[in-house]
Amino acid sequence: MAETTLDYSRGLMPGDQVLRRRYLVGRWLRYLALAIIVALAIILLIPILWMILGSFKIQRVALAYPPELIPSNPVMDNWERLLIDRPSMRWLVNSFIVAGGIAIFGVLTSTCAGYAFGKKQFPGRTIFFWLILMTMMLPRQIYIIPLFVLMKSFGWFNSYQGMIAPYIVYPFGIFLMRQYMQSIPDELLEAGKMDGASEIQLFRHVVLPLSRPAIGAIAIFAFMAGWNDYLWQLVMATDELWLTLPVGVAKLTASGVGSIDIGVGMAGATFAFVPMLLIFLVFQNYFIKGITVGALKG
Amino acid sequence: MLKRFSKRVWDGRWGYVFIAPAMIPFAIFTAYPLVQGLLLSFYKAGVNRDKWKYIGLKNYTNLLTRDPVFPTAIKNTFLFVLGVVPAAMIICLFVAVLIYPLSQRKQTFFRAAFYMPVVSAGVVLAMVWVYIYSQEYGLLNYLFETLGLLELLNEGEKIGWLAQTNTALLSLAIVVLSWSLGQPLILFLAGLGAIPEPLYDAAKIDGASGWQAFWKITLPLLRPTMLFVLVVLTIAVFQVFVVVQLMTLGGPANATQTIVYRIWVTGIVGAKFGYGSAMAVILLSIVSLVALVQFKLLDRQLT
Repeated sequence: MAETTLDYSRGLMPGDQVLRRRYLVGRWLRYLALAIIVALAIILLIPILWMILGSFKIQRVALAYPPELIPSNPVMDNWERLLIDRPSMRWLVNSFIVAGGIAIFGVLTSTCAGYAFGKKQFPGRTIFFWLILMTMMLPRQIYIIPLFVLMKSFGWFNSYQGMIAPYIVYPFGIFLMRQYMQSIPDELLEAGKMDGASEIQLFRHVVLPLSRPAIGAIAIFAFMAGWNDYLWQLVMATDELWLTLPVGVAKLTASGVGSIDIGVGMAGATFAFVPMLLIFLVFQNYFIKGITVGALKG
Repeated sequence: MLKRFSKRVWDGRWGYVFIAPAMIPFAIFTAYPLVQGLLLSFYKAGVNRDKWKYIGLKNYTNLLTRDPVFPTAIKNTFLFVLGVVPAAMIICLFVAVLIYPLSQRKQTFFRAAFYMPVVSAGVVLAMVWVYIYSQEYGLLNYLFETLGLLELLNEGEKIGWLAQTNTALLSLAIVVLSWSLGQPLILFLAGLGAIPEPLYDAAKIDGASGWQAFWKITLPLLRPTMLFVLVVLTIAVFQVFVVVQLMTLGGPANATQTIVYRIWVTGIVGAKFGYGSAMAVILLSIVSLVALVQFKLLDRQLT
């Protein structure tokens, strides 16, 4: 029995003569099930592939039936029209500023508040934490109208602060950071206090460096939330120059059914997709860590 | 008494300092709008602030008895939740259990493939799927024709996936489903990793089949993860908006109207702040109620 620990990182092949775990059924059924999963994965990837291919089709090809699976005559027209005729570079910059701002504020507020909720004793701690946690569970759309009225009175339409402000507090980040802080041993903080560090020094030189992995996960998630947010940015930006990338590219095709320009739409969708894809590929591990930390310890 | 309390407050002063950067914006941009929305729902309120008028529960009674669209929107939203959430849970569980024993590298491929739609954002996917679903030149009809399914389902005629009342909602639900798989899958894989190995060894010695081990060990021990996924997914699907706004505008014949879409159309575009806020309060009640029921379930399972 002691020999049953398997090195899964080496890749255990089906059929290996060892005590295997968690195989539900026999070999052939397992192959069949795996085939279904591979098919499912491919189905999920097809739309993305179709979008990229579509961005190289001129309208006549895009509207062809039966569709040309691989465009026989790929063109750059759509990309030219997207990048030159439309303020798409400005949209890209807007998206980076908005998503980046949301990420920076999210990390700052989450780290401070998570530290306090996880490590400090003060009256009202539980109530404040539950207030935050409750809004994590609420759809933002519930207060979008009063928020809209508020922004109107601030005159914050078509501005970065208007798009960022409602996201300064990132409830999921606070929740995740609190969980993380609780796993930091008190002794580390006590030692810092003994050395005569002030509260601010303690936070900067002990707490912040220790929480780097959680900060990474929060930054990534807040950035993705900001980048992929649609409704709020749609509400806040009325001027074409202030659109963010998702809202901007959505408007490329939403100009009335019948006359839609598919190639430009697909080029725009691809253009909005690629930055987030690159970020995902580079920081994949942070994504996984962020998703699991919050759930398993909560 | 008061003295002791103020001493505790003073001792905890750094706690307040550290939560302030979060609590102050929270008060302005979350708490205040929430309360304001609740109040607004009792008003007839439009763009002109001077004309706001208290009308009691009239917004609510109108919504539930006279509004020609809102009850349909509630029904459709529930259909979305009831369709997408169980489907996503079952698919993810199935996939997680099957890819868990695979090598790290293969697991990474599947994880990435299932997570890709999450990364690519609703807008991007909605735009592509409009193209794929198109009746005249869509990829889906072409696939169905090639596989002989058009002949079978629609006498060889191309199907207008988004234009027919009997397929529009389902078509949108599939798009929402496609981006609802990534996170649960990762959570389930992590949950599987947390189940202690000796349990399976013991089951094996007792002669349990893989299938029995799944029902008696894997499922019960995965329950906390499953309930977490259930709550998070449900709340996310209640907010369905992008697919409606970009793919159908609520049509055909209101077949794809949802609550959040109505809030946007009425409250933001139509500037009926009071009426729209009443819709939001109804959404809030529904979501809280559903979450509460799920939490009760969670509590009972854990004790």
